Amino acid sequence: MRAVKAVVIGCGRTGAAVAKGLAADGWDVTALDESEDALARLGPNWSAGFVVGHGMDVTVLERAGMADADAAVVSTGGDNTNVVIGQVLQKRYEIATVVVRVLDPARAKFYAERGLNTICPTQTAISALIESVRATALERSGSS
Amino acid sequence: MYVIVAGGGKVGANVTRSLLEMGHEVTLIEQRPDRFARLEEEFGPVVIRGDATEISVLERAGIARPPDLVLAATGDDEDNLVISQIGKEGYGVAKAIARVNNPRNQQHFDLLGITQTVCATTSILGLVEHEIPEHGLVRLLELQREGLEIVEVQIESNSPAVGTRVAGLSLPAGSRLISVFRHGRTELVEPATVMRPGDQVLAVVSNDAASDLRKALLGAK
Repeated sequence: MRAVKAVVIGCGRTGAAVAKGLAADGWDVTALDESEDALARLGPNWSAGFVVGHGMDVTVLERAGMADADAAVVSTGGDNTNVVIGQVLQKRYEIATVVVRVLDPARAKFYAERGLNTICPTQTAISALIESVRATALERSGSS
Repeated sequence: MYVIVAGGGKVGANVTRSLLEMGHEVTLIEQRPDRFARLEEEFGPVVIRGDATEISVLERAGIARPPDLVLAATGDDEDNLVISQIGKEGYGVAKAIARVNNPRNQQHFDLLGITQTVCATTSILGLVEHEIPEHGLVRLLELQREGLEIVEVQIESNSPAVGTRVAGLSLPAGSRLISVFRHGRTELVEPATVMRPGDQVLAVVSNDAASDLRKALLGAK
């Protein structure tokens, strides 16, 4: 059986860590970034794929093997770039699993309602912060 | 008419000015502080400052009314796509026109259902190409309003159409052969007309099909 193939678009802190994590799980991973410097974030032992180019560029996507990818993670620095690339991957390449990082909670919700699998770190942080403040306050009121 | 213009660069600012002069109601959204200050001086409360891809900013601009038209005219194609999608899909805006900055991104707009786009590069290229005489094809008359032109094509002995009946030619959509001039006489083209070397064929063709018509009659060269 061939390894499951994932393409990670946008190789910043998040994207690089995701690429490394999937590679460690045995996935066939190709990372894609506009800047060659991003390769450094993948560590000295990175032996999987790395493509330099913009994720809006179809020739770059195809060089990264998008045509036969099983999953894609879109995590560039721009929310709008991410939601556009995510939709292109769904519609043009019919990738089964497309996960898109969107920092703005409102835009993440808007596109989630339209069938895009958006992950919003901001919303996660907001929820976690509120939750931990609540928990701490409860603890205090309980102990006093 | 109520129009939201996203992006106050040259395109957005000039369109806003014209729309206001025509008596329309406009809200212009500009993110950059320096540009915003300049635009505010000219347009006053018509301009609001913010990121037009943020839903709260669009709501402040009145996207929920909804406007009759959203013009996404920023210098960033992803932003223009997102603005158009939020307007059309989120708020039922009837018409969104998006500026395409990089012609390579046109396919993404088409794919994602933003059908009304304007790309300066593509338009200019189209005009330039139109001025370059295509080998073997002479433009006789341009029907600008109809988007059609009357052209003449001289069939060569090595043309792929030679010896083929008109009915059997794979002509591009948007083209019709009208007549053939041969041996000093003009005949109207019938489905059974066979193309001969030296024929001067008169055709009516839509602007965007001219090049394919040339290929169908003369081959790709």
